[in-house]
Amino acid sequence: MATTATIDAMRPPVPAEPGSGVYSKKLGMWVFLASDVMFFTALIGSYIVLRFGMTDTWAKPGAVLNVPLTGINTFLLICSSVAMVKAYAAIADGKKYFLRKLPGQRLQDGGLKFWLLITIICGAAFVGVQVVEYIKLVGHGFTPSGYREGSLLAEHALADPIRYGAGVGGMYGSTFFTMTGFHGFHVTCGVISMLYLYFTKVLPEKYSAQDYAGIEVIGLYWHFVDLVWIILFTIVYLV
Amino acid sequence: MTTTPQPTTHVRPNYMLIWLYLFIMTIAEVLLAFELPVSQNIKLVLLLILAIWKAMLVALFFMHLKFERWRLRLIFIVPIPLALILISAGILEKIW
Repeated sequence: MATTATIDAMRPPVPAEPGSGVYSKKLGMWVFLASDVMFFTALIGSYIVLRFGMTDTWAKPGAVLNVPLTGINTFLLICSSVAMVKAYAAIADGKKYFLRKLPGQRLQDGGLKFWLLITIICGAAFVGVQVVEYIKLVGHGFTPSGYREGSLLAEHALADPIRYGAGVGGMYGSTFFTMTGFHGFHVTCGVISMLYLYFTKVLPEKYSAQDYAGIEVIGLYWHFVDLVWIILFTIVYLV
Repeated sequence: MTTTPQPTTHVRPNYMLIWLYLFIMTIAEVLLAFELPVSQNIKLVLLLILAIWKAMLVALFFMHLKFERWRLRLIFIVPIPLALILISAGILEKIW
């Protein structure tokens, strides 16, 4: 793996709390993420118990949910995660600019302003696609309380109850919308926070190679949201 | 009282390569779920392995856990066995 040498990229030179060895904002974010691990575990654990404790089988993967669309959405979130870490690396190197031509390079070099904007766009696109997915699903009759009577999916479930998990439609709908909804809420909060940082700190160039704690802290949150989606995508859409 | 940490050196990972791994593994997951003619149980195990592998890549390289001190890593690691206990307890209660 090709690597680039750098000086202590994970510890911005700001005062650290004694004991933990990291500054308090970062420590606070890690403690919050630890609590969020338990929050999502409760949701995922409930899903596993409900799904595998049922005598009726769940709907087959791809029968109700649009997996190719969500696959593209997963790709968007992975792209936003890599853009976030590139934004972090850019400001750690003191690159506050948007794009700049560097000597000896064919492509322009992206700075903090560029990579954070890409992160925000990909994150917002993820939320947008999820909203479209929800609208389509509800339109076809898949709601948090199961298949709506008289809807297209209810007819399909009647015709092929095994493939569409007709016996557990309500449980399937409620777990699906709860898990993906809470994740979508996390993504929305992340996008709003990044927009706030972008206009109040990044554009006025308040971050520097000496102080970029805000970027590191929001980055940790954003990667965690990506990490949770990787697990959710597998257990909700593919299994 | 605050202290300033002493600068240490480490190598920065190639983030684009990690992105490529994640992309390839996502495609592999979708193909495995819908195209490969393997049994459901094997499919489930392989999909979970791929998901955990991807999650670890994000945690280790994007969240930089690989380069953090152990005391900070523990904050993230400690809830994971607790999470497993929570899920196991739920499953066991359902079985009993």
